[in-house]
Amino acid sequence: MQKISVLLFLAWVCFLFYAGIALFTSGFLLTRLELTNHSSCQEPPGPGSLPWGSQGKPGACWMASRFSRLVLVLIDALRFDFAQPQPSHSPGEPPVSLPFLGKLNCLQRILEIQPHHARLYQSKADPPTTTMQRLKALTTGSLPTFIDAGSNFASHAIVEDNLIKQLASAGRRVVFMGDDTWKDLFPGAFSQAFFFPSFNVRDLHTVDNGILEHLYPTMDSGEWDMLIAHFLGVDHCGHKYGPHHPEMAKKLSQMDQVIQGLVERLENDTLLVVIGDHGMTMTGDHGGDSELEISAALFLYSPKALFPGAPPEEPEIVPQISLVPTLALLLGLPIPFGNIGEVMAELFSEVEDSQSHSSALAQASALHLNAQQVSRFLHTYSAAAQDLQVKELHRLQTLFNKASADYQRLLQRPQGPEAALQTVITELQQFLRGVRAMCIQSWARFSLGRMAGGAALMAAACFLCLLVSQWATSPGFCFRPLLTLMACGLAGTIVCAGLLTTTGLKLDPVVLGAMAAAGSLLPFLWKAWAGWGSRRPLVALLPIPGPVLLFLLIRFAAFFSDSFVVAEARATPFLLGSLILLLIAQLHWEGKLLPPKLLTIPRLCFSASTGPPRHNGTHALGLGVGLLLCIRLAGLFHRCPEETPACHSSPWLSPLASMVGGRAKNLWYGACVGALVALLAAVRLWLRRYSNLKSPEPSVLFVRWGLPLMALGTAAYWALASGADEAPPRLRALVAGASVVLPRAVAGLAASGLMLLLWRPVTVLVKATTGAPRTRTVLTPFSGPPTSRADLDYVVPQIYRHMQEEFRGRLERTKSQGPLTVAACHLGSVYSAAMVTALTLLAFPLLLLHAERISLVFLLLFLQSFLLLHLLAAGIPITTPGPFTVPWQAVSAWALMATQTFYSMGHQPVFPAIHWHAAFVGFPEGHGSSTWLPALLVGANTFASHLLFADSGLCLGSLHPPQASHGLEGVCPQVHF
Amino acid sequence: MPLSASPAAHTRPGIFIPSFFLENFSILETHLTWLCICSVFVTAVNLLLYLVVKPNASSKRSSLSYKVTRFLKCCIYFLMSCFFFHVIFVLYGAPLIELVLETFLFAVILSTFTTVPCLCLLGPNIKAWLRVFSRNGVTSIWENSLQITTISSFIGTWLGAFPIPLDWERPWQMAIERKYKMCTSLYVCTRHGASHCPQVWPISCTLGATFGYVAGLVISPLWIYWNRKQLTYKNH
Repeated sequence: MQKISVLLFLAWVCFLFYAGIALFTSGFLLTRLELTNHSSCQEPPGPGSLPWGSQGKPGACWMASRFSRLVLVLIDALRFDFAQPQPSHSPGEPPVSLPFLGKLNCLQRILEIQPHHARLYQSKADPPTTTMQRLKALTTGSLPTFIDAGSNFASHAIVEDNLIKQLASAGRRVVFMGDDTWKDLFPGAFSQAFFFPSFNVRDLHTVDNGILEHLYPTMDSGEWDMLIAHFLGVDHCGHKYGPHHPEMAKKLSQMDQVIQGLVERLENDTLLVVIGDHGMTMTGDHGGDSELEISAALFLYSPKALFPGAPPEEPEIVPQISLVPTLALLLGLPIPFGNIGEVMAELFSEVEDSQSHSSALAQASALHLNAQQVSRFLHTYSAAAQDLQVKELHRLQTLFNKASADYQRLLQRPQGPEAALQTVITELQQFLRGVRAMCIQSWARFSLGRMAGGAALMAAACFLCLLVSQWATSPGFCFRPLLTLMACGLAGTIVCAGLLTTTGLKLDPVVLGAMAAAGSLLPFLWKAWAGWGSRRPLVALLPIPGPVLLFLLIRFAAFFSDSFVVAEARATPFLLGSLILLLIAQLHWEGKLLPPKLLTIPRLCFSASTGPPRHNGTHALGLGVGLLLCIRLAGLFHRCPEETPACHSSPWLSPLASMVGGRAKNLWYGACVGALVALLAAVRLWLRRYSNLKSPEPSVLFVRWGLPLMALGTAAYWALASGADEAPPRLRALVAGASVVLPRAVAGLAASGLMLLLWRPVTVLVKATTGAPRTRTVLTPFSGPPTSRADLDYVVPQIYRHMQEEFRGRLERTKSQGPLTVAACHLGSVYSAAMVTALTLLAFPLLLLHAERISLVFLLLFLQSFLLLHLLAAGIPITTPGPFTVPWQAVSAWALMATQTFYSMGHQPVFPAIHWHAAFVGFPEGHGSSTWLPALLVGANTFASHLLFADSGLCLGSLHPPQASHGLEGVCPQVHF
Repeated sequence: MPLSASPAAHTRPGIFIPSFFLENFSILETHLTWLCICSVFVTAVNLLLYLVVKPNASSKRSSLSYKVTRFLKCCIYFLMSCFFFHVIFVLYGAPLIELVLETFLFAVILSTFTTVPCLCLLGPNIKAWLRVFSRNGVTSIWENSLQITTISSFIGTWLGAFPIPLDWERPWQMAIERKYKMCTSLYVCTRHGASHCPQVWPISCTLGATFGYVAGLVISPLWIYWNRKQLTYKNH
């Protein structure tokens, strides 16, 4: 019964954490569904005749094209005020001397000389203001988010309909030069392309000079319909120096010359667009949603007159994605399917025609086409995903229907009143803006309430764990009242939710889960609050020792500094090393490391080996230095965060298959297999030492034969994976088959081994009762000379005896199998043996998911945890046997080690650093349409270190003194009984 | 408390006096010179204090050969502690091959702050050191202040590592970085070795160690004064 209530309690805690995480991520991770539908010329976006498309003009699609060619100059991070014309300052005022102001002189000149040919806008980018998201937005007309849930797995290529795709399918030639991000986004879409690396943000000139080398020759050659030049210098200058630096003035002047040169070369049928994809902050960074980051410049110029009126005094503000439908219709292309931008109606007015009526009609028809396309998209999207608000969707649909009907009526009476035309235009614009607002609401806005709620929920759950872990050590503690409290809260929440559903409110499952979690937590918190003053002060419940608390606080505070977040891969080993040295220093300070003769308080000093008593001081120091060495070695496997361009990632993280040079490859392969063998040998040696390999139990047999088999399979798979290209053609099929079968076989073996272990988790114990050699049982009389040490050592069997009784009592209660004879030495290793076996079994499939050379990190991981357990065991004070307590420093060190290993396995906590190739281990052909299996594989790869450490964390229970000398032994009975 | 006089005595020359003798000297930009000066100065002050005060004057044997072996032993201990600290720094993440001189000088200065006082006060006797740095192991106010200064030097060094991950864009950091860039662009580094270029690496740690040591010198007399009622030393 106790077992069930503990399990229930653990399940409840898990639920609390998951509910909190889900609530937080639903507010933080902007998500959106990608649709793969495409617009096409033949298929108009809605019923009704196309205004000019069906007239058979060449190059006409939904609308007649007004420009046959386009030059798009994308200046990364061109903030609006960089391009803003500067008023000629009056003599009294001092001239403005900011380095970024008024450097784009040619824009100002053109705007003054040719007001009907050019226009400057302030375009508003949607967050996230990062280049890749902005490029997606500028070509698809949508609102890309951090995660675009789509079918393209492990690739950045845009699957949604976009301008480039439309151009390509219309047979136009697109020439690109500049930032190589476009190569990943539009693979194979360009007729000619000059890519330059964008990675090094400290390099201001490579990309720009590369573009300038090709720009004018390409332009003069005439072999293009759309020319894209993506300059990165301004952005890199911002990252390196910030906008307030003379370099920025130089860079902007260079851009000014570029634009000037382009304007001189433009022909009559060509449109020039100069645009910044986002702005930058005062320090030159971008990515967020501050005013400076989202305001970007947009400049249009055409050699023939384009605008009917003069530019307004203050440049108009337009959403950035308005450019997409505008360009599509101007070039005579269908608007991309997923566009939600609104055409800039001003550009569709007839300039030559003096009649304002036909101008307005042209604008209305462009807007109507746009609205039809957006309405079609909304319809398709809301059928596929549920994240748009139904009510708002409905309202917008009625608005569109009305506007559309008005427009049709207007078409039938072409000479209708001016006012009606204006109403239609307003209605259509209202619809388009409404759609955009709704989409921003659900796709592009962090929900601070949800984030705060999720964080609060997780904090409360942590608090609960802390309190319960302290209460559970007190005698007579029972989980039952806690569970009743929880059940009451849960029931209340369910009733509430039921009432809410009957009133017709549709509830988000995430919110529902969070509500249930909060509801079940509240009674508990209330009870804790009530018990605060009456029973005992809360401070007594928090026995975290000062230094460890300091470490935890430092780690906590580090998450609030972005420099430390970026440097977490280095900061964590530093903290871990400090914690280890602190442990040793503390042991020394407490006087536990010196030989007993130097001490006033005698210590129970005994060793597992029957040899001479070891020197504790050097032993602990050796353990500490070994640990530091392991940490340092693991630090050699590091991957650089994107933010530090000067850093070089370790070359050892790449798979062996990418290596050239047979000799080095063979050596590395040998080292990897060596690591595998060493891992296996160490585990076997350890098990053998505690005589766990002697019984004919199935799981023992599995450890003896299954593990080597798995190692063999892993080594063979590595050999195939690293040398697959060199296989002779005859064996190709065999190799391909083996690379499918081998990983699956290893994973299957591991799974079956784990099942066996679950079925018979205490096999070693049973073995110990039946046929184990009894040479090392507790009651073996002490054989040394009867000195004072012997007296000391005799205490140990007494403690063992006590524990033995305790375990036996518990086992009999839970298992009712009749009396068991428990041999204490084996008792010591019974839990840890199962744990070590399980860990090894788990490690093999995880190993397969990583690159070969990461196996060395796995070996280090095992070594590290082994050493740390030994070190911790050296410092555990001997207390009376009671409920086991796990010291805080052990848990902190364990958690730090999990993070440190996460980094040394080549991970970084950013999306681009996810090891997507893990999804193809055992599935070289991909997964078809299923997504849960690749997600599982990639997840297992990413969280391998946390999985292993969480699993082995149970070994921390071994730190109780009777087993202390055995190191990795025993398991916290709170967990198992 | 003669020790309490030394912080003022040794920080002031570090900042003011050497700039009279050396051209272009500043703690940050010619940091290695500063490290050497600081180390030598602190050692000299410690030795002077030892010779003047003689905290553990033993009347047992004082033949010349005994003194010489004792001195040699002290030197060896000092070197060993430098190497030990160097190894620890490398294990903590200092570069293994590049910037060896910087790391080693850092180890030297930390040894100066910790090992030299130990050697002066306790002699080359590891057991005594271990005793002083354990609970209830202190037998005199000298040892008490030694304990405090040493521990605060270590803590200062440890805290000094914290600014390392911060992006180096504070004005004083920028000055160094700019100079370093000039240096690399002129290929001075490759021709003359890294020591000719000002580096950022050990600066924050060495400054932390120095401040920790100074803080220890200030704190220890105060601490002893505040706790003078509780301090009862067992005579061994």
